[in-house]
Amino acid sequence: MVETIQATRLHPLQSGRTGPAAVSVTLADNATRVSLRARPDAVAALSKALGLALPTKPKSTAVNGSRAALWLGPDEWLIIDDGESNLVADLAKAKVLHSAVDVSHRNVGIIVSGKGAEGVVNGGCPQDLSERAFPVGAASRTVLGKIEVVLWRTAENTFRVECWRSFSPYAFAFLQVSARDIWV
Amino acid sequence: MTNQVHSGSNRISGAGRLTPAKTVRFTFDGQSLTGLEGDTLASALLANGIHLVGRSFKYHRPRGILSAGSEEPNALVDIERDKSRKQPNVRATVQEIYDGLKVKSQNRWPSLTFDVGAINDVFSPMLPAGFYYKTFMWPKFAWKTIYEPKIRAAAGLGVVPGEPDTDRYSNRFAHCDVLVVGAGAAGLAAALSAAATGATVILCDEQPEVGGALRYESDVTIDGAPGYEWATATIARLRAMDNVTVLTRTTAFGYYAQNFVGLAERISDHLSTPAAEMPRERLWQIRAKKVVLATGAIERHMVFANNDRPGVMLASAARMFLNHYGVAIGRKVGVYTANDSAYAAAIDLKRAGIDVPIIVDTRDNPKSAIVEEARSLGIEVLPGHAVFSAGGKRRVSSMLIKPNRGGSERKVAVDAVIVSAGWTPSVHLFSQSRGKVAWDAANERFLPGTYAQDCLSVGACNGTDGLQDVINEAIAAGGSSAEQAGFAGKGTPVSLTATGSASWIGGMIGSAAGAGPDTTVKAFVDFQNDVTAKDVRLAVREGMHSIEHVKRFTTNGMATDQGKTSNLHGLAIAAEALNKPIPAVGLTTFRAPFTPVTFGTIVNHARHDLFDPTRRTPMHAWHAAQGAAFEDVGQWKRAWYYPQAGEDMHAAVNRECVAVRTEAGIFDASTLGKIEVVGPDAAKFLELLYTNPWEKLGVGRLRYGIMLREDGFIYDDGVVGRLAEDRFHVTTTTGGAPRVMNHMEDYLQTEFPHLDVWLTSTTEQWGVIAVQGPRSREIIAPLVEGIDMSNEAMPHMSVREGKICGVPTRLFRMSFTGETGYEINVPADYGQAVWEAIYERGKPLGLTPYGTEAMHILRAEKGYIIVGQDTDGTVTPQDAGLTWAIGKNKTDYVGIRGLLRRDLVTPGRKQLVGLKTVDPKVVLEEGAQIVANPNQPVPMTMIGHVTSSYWSENCGRSIALALVIDGTKRLGETLYVPMPNGVIEVEVTGTVFFDEKGERLNG
Repeated sequence: MVETIQATRLHPLQSGRTGPAAVSVTLADNATRVSLRARPDAVAALSKALGLALPTKPKSTAVNGSRAALWLGPDEWLIIDDGESNLVADLAKAKVLHSAVDVSHRNVGIIVSGKGAEGVVNGGCPQDLSERAFPVGAASRTVLGKIEVVLWRTAENTFRVECWRSFSPYAFAFLQVSARDIWV
Repeated sequence: MTNQVHSGSNRISGAGRLTPAKTVRFTFDGQSLTGLEGDTLASALLANGIHLVGRSFKYHRPRGILSAGSEEPNALVDIERDKSRKQPNVRATVQEIYDGLKVKSQNRWPSLTFDVGAINDVFSPMLPAGFYYKTFMWPKFAWKTIYEPKIRAAAGLGVVPGEPDTDRYSNRFAHCDVLVVGAGAAGLAAALSAAATGATVILCDEQPEVGGALRYESDVTIDGAPGYEWATATIARLRAMDNVTVLTRTTAFGYYAQNFVGLAERISDHLSTPAAEMPRERLWQIRAKKVVLATGAIERHMVFANNDRPGVMLASAARMFLNHYGVAIGRKVGVYTANDSAYAAAIDLKRAGIDVPIIVDTRDNPKSAIVEEARSLGIEVLPGHAVFSAGGKRRVSSMLIKPNRGGSERKVAVDAVIVSAGWTPSVHLFSQSRGKVAWDAANERFLPGTYAQDCLSVGACNGTDGLQDVINEAIAAGGSSAEQAGFAGKGTPVSLTATGSASWIGGMIGSAAGAGPDTTVKAFVDFQNDVTAKDVRLAVREGMHSIEHVKRFTTNGMATDQGKTSNLHGLAIAAEALNKPIPAVGLTTFRAPFTPVTFGTIVNHARHDLFDPTRRTPMHAWHAAQGAAFEDVGQWKRAWYYPQAGEDMHAAVNRECVAVRTEAGIFDASTLGKIEVVGPDAAKFLELLYTNPWEKLGVGRLRYGIMLREDGFIYDDGVVGRLAEDRFHVTTTTGGAPRVMNHMEDYLQTEFPHLDVWLTSTTEQWGVIAVQGPRSREIIAPLVEGIDMSNEAMPHMSVREGKICGVPTRLFRMSFTGETGYEINVPADYGQAVWEAIYERGKPLGLTPYGTEAMHILRAEKGYIIVGQDTDGTVTPQDAGLTWAIGKNKTDYVGIRGLLRRDLVTPGRKQLVGLKTVDPKVVLEEGAQIVANPNQPVPMTMIGHVTSSYWSENCGRSIALALVIDGTKRLGETLYVPMPNGVIEVEVTGTVFFDEKGERLNG
């Protein structure tokens, strides 16, 4: 009875790239995401299942290939994988107590990149983003303007901003406006 | 006008630092004028011999330029780039000129030189302090209708722009180890010292150039160079350092908790044609580990009769205009002083070739080298004398002088008078930081006393005298701040040698001779609010004994300049009148902002689309393309109804409602809150959060759940599906999603931390497509893969996982319409494609999109409640007819004890019932009150109110839900709804109006 219909993805953001200046604001590629919750005694087994060592320090991340784990709380990680691997299936192999919930479509990733990216994000984020306080590899749940985001510094001048889907037009527009400001 | 020099007749050749070749054209009240690049409006006007720039607030007296800085109370003008970019009350001493700058004077009609409002000056004896409070008291009603509107129209200086501001404003958060406020000698030295350690330093100054007083002090050297040269070299050094951010034209306006300081950076106000992309101003929100305040001191004027005449100016300002801008403020300049610092200005003017006929000094026997130097230049020094009045009207023309102890008067013709009553340390930011000031009795000034935050004051704002001492103090403060911020023992310590005097002590506060208690002269204390010495005394006589009361009664210090020049004078006069020492009278607290900040800067990015996030569902574009009307539900845009050509809302909604019950409807339910509850104790946790039982709910089954607060009242509701033994898919109301998540997380973390369960918000993971109606299964089944959708295999209130249109789905069989129906969850990015596929297939079968309005009606036809509409935070499950949803055998859940409270079990509670109007065409108003007897006298006893009311096309009549006292005992009774146009008769019914047996659910 199944008709040959295959639904296609419709991303909430349709525009691609912006910014007259050194800093570009672009959409991240589609990725698989899991909100992972577990107690400390499960970290080793989950790390093994994921193929990376889950970070246990605040504001830290671990990366292995296309897969990254962002520490969000003492028992909470955001796992992002923009490769082909099956994140959910990998986690299902871990037989320790945990909660893994697919949030691939819940979040949208936005990449802010270029010299001055720090200032663009600081246009709406009150955190200290100096490399001393927020080095490459640092990540945290934080605020951008009036919304909650997860911020991850992937390179000296590159940040990944993760927000919920319906807030992504706001986040994108905010970062675009803020990117216009850095040249003065 | 004779042979005008290019940039103004008062520009002194060879003086100042501006470049004569770089001219700038601007207009003042339509008159075209020329200034130089780097001029402020004040210096450019003075260069052109213009002192009269505005009219005062209350008496419309001619006013000139008092200062050369942000403390300016008088020279407020209107700057207009175009209709939407217009700024009133701009201080001429702060605004830099640019080509094409258009300036208008304020508070005058028909012209600045002839102002009708000046009649107030003549009648001023009838306008004492507190005049408004006393005069406009009777009749009482007239205050609102006549007096207040008239006074408001007459009051104020500038005119508010009429159009929305088209400028852009920006924002930046920043952190630093040391924030230095003020880039004069002290600030620069502190910044150098802190930066040398490698600490991150932000240095800000409200002026376009750094240097502070070094810009006019002609007689100092630092590190072997003239002061100003040292300042420019130092700032270049600082700018070149990676760990230093220098912000000029940037005012630290607010000092908040935990070293959080607000700065306003003016980016384009000085530019002739700012680039379109350029923000006008930028707000800096800075969190500093340490703050060094180097905010300097502000010179006070002398309080004597007619001291507000244009041409009367602070001595330091005259010196700044001469030494920095190359402008002489007059050709024959008199001096009136109570301390030494005016002498330096007199000497500079004299040396520049300006006639300085006399220095009147209130001190009997001033003794210092600078006094002798003035004498040696041929200036007459007259100690022990006072200027008791100034002559002239639109420009000062003479000084009237007499000895302090009485004697013969003398008149000296002048065209400008420079004054100095001494210096007031700028403790504004220190005070804002909640620091307590201390009275320095020897020098009659308030200084930083007890610190409340991690900051240090250095230089003139700390009362430190002598340039070398100031610099030493600043270096020490910069160094120790960096050290405490974690940079101990790093870098090479800074040391600087300074020569020359910089004295901030001496002088007087209060009214000078000739403006004493026995006079009625206008000796101004606060120029901007037209407060005179006698007003302050009157306030005391009228019983105002606290400086806070004196301030409010007289409005002294309450103008936009916040009394930077007037506070101390006002305080001294009040103290004298009260016969109390100054510290016993007290100082008013300084409040943010230090100088006015535009709304644009405070608001910055949060305008238009960025005012607040607008949330749209995954299928929003489809609804919009169909011409849907949207309604706002919180931040969400929800499709409200889909009008077809020629349809109004009523017709569209009726059509949608009928279609759902006859064929099928499709509805976007994506905004419903969704929470995934995962863990071996998931069911146990839900048992505690909901009234319903969950342990025995089978995998693949759904249940409608009610959540209470601790007090027993309904908090939220929604359908919960069990996907696995340890995994539930919880839904909440749209508006309740965030608070339900918080409520659950709160209980989990504080009351039930022993449970092995975690909560994850999945609201936005899923796009939710409701397909409801007799043909719903027929429409979607062909698109679904891997799920047996037969009535037997998938009955009402069940959930299955499989695929639809090739993508994963959580398929819920449930209904908020009373029809057979499904809610199809798909990953959000697929929402629109799946919706379109379903619609394409269903359209020939009568599938009709319906919006939230139809949804509301359809559920009301079935008596399904909406939390927040049919409940209001005081409704229990029993009240709402939901007793069946309470697990009878449960011993614990949030609210179980609340439900046993006496007032929740006593008869007489309001209960949810249906209402049918006797006339079926009449639709009740939601919120309308219900009475048992419409003939009782007003105020009637109200026994309930209508919570939901609609026209139901499916029932062919109006329907309503209501909360009525003892409602369930009144079924069949007739009640009344009194309305402005008559009483509506209603019958109390059950809450289900359509398919009472609920057979259609199982179709």
